[in-house]
Amino acid sequence: MKISLTLNNRPKTFDVAPDEYLVDTLRRYGYTSVRRGCDTTSCGVCTLLVDDKPVPSCAFLSARADGARLTTVEGIPETASKLAEHFGERGADQCGFCNPGIALAVHSMEQSGMPADDATIDHYLVGNLCRCTGYQSQREAIKAYLGDKK
Amino acid sequence: MKINQLKQVETLDEAYRLLNEDRRNVVIAGGAWLKMSSRTVETGIDLSNLSLDYIEETPEALRIGSMTTLRQLETHAGVRALYKGMLSTSISQIMGVGLRNLVTIGGSIIGKYGFSDVLPALLAMETSLVFHSQGEIPLEDFLESKGRINDVLVSINIRKKKGVGYFKKVKQTALAFATLNIAVSRSEGLYKIAIGSRPSVATLAREAMEEVNLAESVDDETIARAAEHATSLKFSSNPSASEDYRAILARVYTGRGLKEVRDCED
Repeated sequence: MKISLTLNNRPKTFDVAPDEYLVDTLRRYGYTSVRRGCDTTSCGVCTLLVDDKPVPSCAFLSARADGARLTTVEGIPETASKLAEHFGERGADQCGFCNPGIALAVHSMEQSGMPADDATIDHYLVGNLCRCTGYQSQREAIKAYLGDKK
Repeated sequence: MKINQLKQVETLDEAYRLLNEDRRNVVIAGGAWLKMSSRTVETGIDLSNLSLDYIEETPEALRIGSMTTLRQLETHAGVRALYKGMLSTSISQIMGVGLRNLVTIGGSIIGKYGFSDVLPALLAMETSLVFHSQGEIPLEDFLESKGRINDVLVSINIRKKKGVGYFKKVKQTALAFATLNIAVSRSEGLYKIAIGSRPSVATLAREAMEEVNLAESVDDETIARAAEHATSLKFSSNPSASEDYRAILARVYTGRGLKEVRDCED
């Protein structure tokens, strides 16, 4: 079946199977910043914004994205770039595999107007796992990024 | 789950007809657990075009469409105000925001998942389910029913009552399923206690409820007896915890929950 949607503000049409998930569709079409991790909604590396809301693309049926507005990390260049600077300054990433998902989650949190305190960041990002950093440096980088935006 | 075809239905009648014309057809809710199943489905019935993602509030009740996401519920002011936010508290501890943007309340109920955190909270309130054909039935009757569900869940009704609630999820890590979860409420002088992740599906702890609801005063001794009754529910062992450990958790958190809602102002 064919689905038509907006991906990073550009119209796209994809051929998808009835039981295909967005992570598979997007990677098949070359959007490999959408990472494949646990594939069971637990790790957050496949996070994608669907109509501005973060979802695990490994469990989002592609057919349901017909008419939707999708955003990958390439669609939020300013957030991604500024956040990367803060991550770099604080040693908040090592392998970088989780970064696209975290950047999208932070962008969504920022758009929601939530307070940039530790508890809110922890609550909002608990579903985005990082196996390198131990989270403290990431939390500091995210707070600094959100503080800059005020 | 292998899905041979996905049908985005236009009406509830169409969904109901498809569900009943072939036993291999199933309703797809949020879709979060599809990968956990190895079955082959002939037609996946997708309700996402039926505008069932709504929360309507009347003076008497909250009426929640079955395709409403857990995140919508978690952040809704009316839900947060109900029983001191017991339901939104239970939802907020389920995985991350992304998953809660995907999982629907209907799917969480229809699956009768033992690990469900929302079921104890819903049971501890006054919740009923509205099916397309069968009409309205109490949540506890649905959870006790057996066999295939040949109907389409349309909405969930929660009666708005002045009351207080307590929810506790015992878990080993932030993202883990509950080892045990428990919800306790007090409304209009009556207590309700629901325990889930036993590891089987949540149920009301009726003997414990009777102990407190028939007592002349809910003092610490009454609560201790009620908490002991909670251990008479059926618990089992799995890799997360033993049957005995779950019974101990049920006793401890029933006691704590009852004390908290007893001492909490309405």
